[in-house]
Amino acid sequence: MTNVLLIIFAMSLIYLSIANRLMSYVKILAFQGILLFGVSFIELGEMSPLNLTFILLETIVFKTIAVPLFLKYVIQHNEITREAEPYVPHFISLIVVTTIVVATFLLSNTIENVQLNKVYFVAALSALFTGLYLIGTRKKILTHVMGFLVIENGVFILSLAVGNEMPMLLNTGILLDLFITVLLLGIFVNKIGDVLKDVDVDQLRKLKD
Amino acid sequence: MAIPYLIGAIAIAISLFFNRNKKMNYILVAIFLLLQWAFTIYEYNHQNIVEFDYFLPDALAVLLLITASIIAVPAFYHSYVFFTKNEDNPRNRAMYYASMVVLIFALSMAYLSNHIAVTWIFVEMTTLSASALIYHRRNVRTLEGTWKYIFVCSISITFVFIGILFLSIAVQQLGISDLTFTSLIKRAAELDIFWLRLAFIFIFTGYTAKIGLVPMYTAGIDAKDKAPSPAGALLSSVLMNVGFVGIFRFYEIIAQTSLHSWANNIIMISAVLSIFIATVYMIKVKNIKRMFAYSSIEHMGIVMLGIAAGGIGYYAAILHIILHSFVKSSLFFQMGQIYRVYNSKSIYDVGNYFKYNLTGAMVILLGFISATAMPPSGLFVSEFLIFRSLFEAHYLFVLIFILLLLTIIIWAFGKNIFKLLFTPAVDFKDENVEHIKPYESISQFILLGLVVYLGMNPPLQMVELINEAVKNLPL
Repeated sequence: MTNVLLIIFAMSLIYLSIANRLMSYVKILAFQGILLFGVSFIELGEMSPLNLTFILLETIVFKTIAVPLFLKYVIQHNEITREAEPYVPHFISLIVVTTIVVATFLLSNTIENVQLNKVYFVAALSALFTGLYLIGTRKKILTHVMGFLVIENGVFILSLAVGNEMPMLLNTGILLDLFITVLLLGIFVNKIGDVLKDVDVDQLRKLKD
Repeated sequence: MAIPYLIGAIAIAISLFFNRNKKMNYILVAIFLLLQWAFTIYEYNHQNIVEFDYFLPDALAVLLLITASIIAVPAFYHSYVFFTKNEDNPRNRAMYYASMVVLIFALSMAYLSNHIAVTWIFVEMTTLSASALIYHRRNVRTLEGTWKYIFVCSISITFVFIGILFLSIAVQQLGISDLTFTSLIKRAAELDIFWLRLAFIFIFTGYTAKIGLVPMYTAGIDAKDKAPSPAGALLSSVLMNVGFVGIFRFYEIIAQTSLHSWANNIIMISAVLSIFIATVYMIKVKNIKRMFAYSSIEHMGIVMLGIAAGGIGYYAAILHIILHSFVKSSLFFQMGQIYRVYNSKSIYDVGNYFKYNLTGAMVILLGFISATAMPPSGLFVSEFLIFRSLFEAHYLFVLIFILLLLTIIIWAFGKNIFKLLFTPAVDFKDENVEHIKPYESISQFILLGLVVYLGMNPPLQMVELINEAVKNLPL
């Protein structure tokens, strides 16, 4: 069952590469939150109730509800145009992200480790590189933040894969997740919206040599 | 004493943040400096005793802690000067001092921590406090610098976390769950190569944002440019050492395994590229502060060359990173005075600095000699040893290439510095030039003097500490 959820997660990354509107990005992020909830619920059934509540709170309340709502608020509050404005055509993005997924799949086949479920590895690493690709190829600051959120989802999956025996590490990772996201979104996107009229990466290009 | 220090420093930071009375601020800062020095002396006298499970004042930690405590004193003094000369908004001032206190204690703890995840937490804390310092002036440019810094550092810190996860997979295979450096070094040879390789790539890439190497060096440049000069001095000296600690401690683990030469190659590539990029930008750059920042990139590249070459290079790398901290912080402190004279950081607007600020110009000249590693600068000794180690490790082509690049860097650096010092500035009205008191430069002279002394005639304790710091690395 977790495998199915993780495969759907990888597919959502491919959809992310061709999505055109900011709201579709927000919806995919919320959907990924639900998928992560499913995975962690099945995977971590034997964990202590406190840890479990913590993780479920993170996936459902935070990733699925709070962050998407906040992103939506930022988009409306700052009157950001709804196109994602990529620098490259969607077709190329599609090929690149597919290549990423295939490449991580091939890499995972070289692992001779029985402890680690390879599907986790593939999903996590493809999310990581897809996030980096999104950051590199999209114009708006907000899409950069979304790319970062995709990376965070990948890290979450990876920490689930190893976290069974190291709950301390898992919790640290989740705290990092919460912390940076709140920092980036809460303080910063709002500040940038107040100082600059249009939240566009082009306006933050003054510092260079 | 690690936890009492931590609690004390946090209490001081919080009271600084809420207490906006000017006199109170400076009393609190003075208390913090006393605490910092008491902590440093305590740790120096209690080396290699594990404190509270997670902190171990080993030789490297003690060396860098002393460096940070030395630089902290002039950093607060120059911040005081900065606030007497600039408009003094109580809220921003309180925020500034609070962040500086957080930055200094976070990096002290990051040096000392013996657990890979604890290091990581304190490194994250340095990012947050540093970004508050960068945003001090609260305009569009500083906002851009802060945004880039937070974003790049967040991504890098995530990379480090992924690396730690991979490492923990390798550790779990051995049936242990202990991620302290001491235990990892002991059992390094048994760890799985595949996961260790992935972990090294991610952790190294992540920490390059702090140390300032290719690929993640970019954010640091804008940060040092936009932060007020005293904060910039901390960012380009002791904060870069945090990245070095992160990489070095993991490198100690890798050095025990069969991946050692592979890791050396990765570090070598990154170091050579960093020096190359520093060269390209040193020629091009027109902003003096950014030029100093690129010079830091170059020096970090040289340090990593020493690590990759091995042998005497290990010793030289540690010496180089300590001396570089003193040189670069004194240049950044001096930058504040240049800005007060010319109200500009651009090379086109400055000139004839000897006429307006004699002592300041002396510092710049001596700082230039030190930063380009000309004798009697101590950096000459460490760079010479690093080149020797490269030669002994048969990296002859790398050495020739690096020497060529360094020659270009000295030319570019000198061209700008001599323009600043001797060529009269075009259209510069010198009626209202601020007269800078000579005693404001004393701390820089002391720091630069320390570089000469520590390089030419290093005290025995320091040599022993450096040798102790590199004892885990194979020769």
